[in-house]
Amino acid sequence: MDITLQDRIRTQISEAPVVLFMKGTPVFPQCGFSAAVVQILSHLGVKFKGIDVLSDPAVRQGIKEYSNWPTVPQLYVNGEFIGGCDIVREMFETGELQQVLEEKGVSIRV
Amino acid sequence: MAMDAATIERLIRESLPDAQISIEDLRGDGDHYAAQIVSAAFRGKSRVQQHQLVYQALRGRMGTELHALALQTSAPED
Repeated sequence: MDITLQDRIRTQISEAPVVLFMKGTPVFPQCGFSAAVVQILSHLGVKFKGIDVLSDPAVRQGIKEYSNWPTVPQLYVNGEFIGGCDIVREMFETGELQQVLEEKGVSIRV
Repeated sequence: MAMDAATIERLIRESLPDAQISIEDLRGDGDHYAAQIVSAAFRGKSRVQQHQLVYQALRGRMGTELHALALQTSAPED
């Protein structure tokens, strides 16, 4: 991958403690999987930065290579890739997501 | 573009020969699947790493030919 693109993605990931690469925006998700993750984060009262890959084709492709993960959405907490929709949902259901967020110093609504 | 469940299962089995695989076509459209996969290869790996093994098995088809494959992966219980 292009070094400048990689740098740009790295910067985006570090712009907030919780960053979600998604299709659409947190207010208007354009895909059911992205919407599901937004819903979970909102339910937990987590503040996050949404990055709309539909408005940036280079990032849309680049983020897949960056994380070696073929799909969007992708959730990052403190720069670490947590997972896509299935993993986030599974972790939310088992309470692991809440635990990971708290361990990483992200405040959630209990 | 769509993919049939038998192809998905074959590709996964080529990479993970011991896998117990169950695939459900969620909408009957050959494009939205859910798969449960149990393999010893997942032992000691994070969920992200487990799913990456499955995506590798699908050799680039996930996110292109295959739009949606909800994954649930685990290692067999002893």
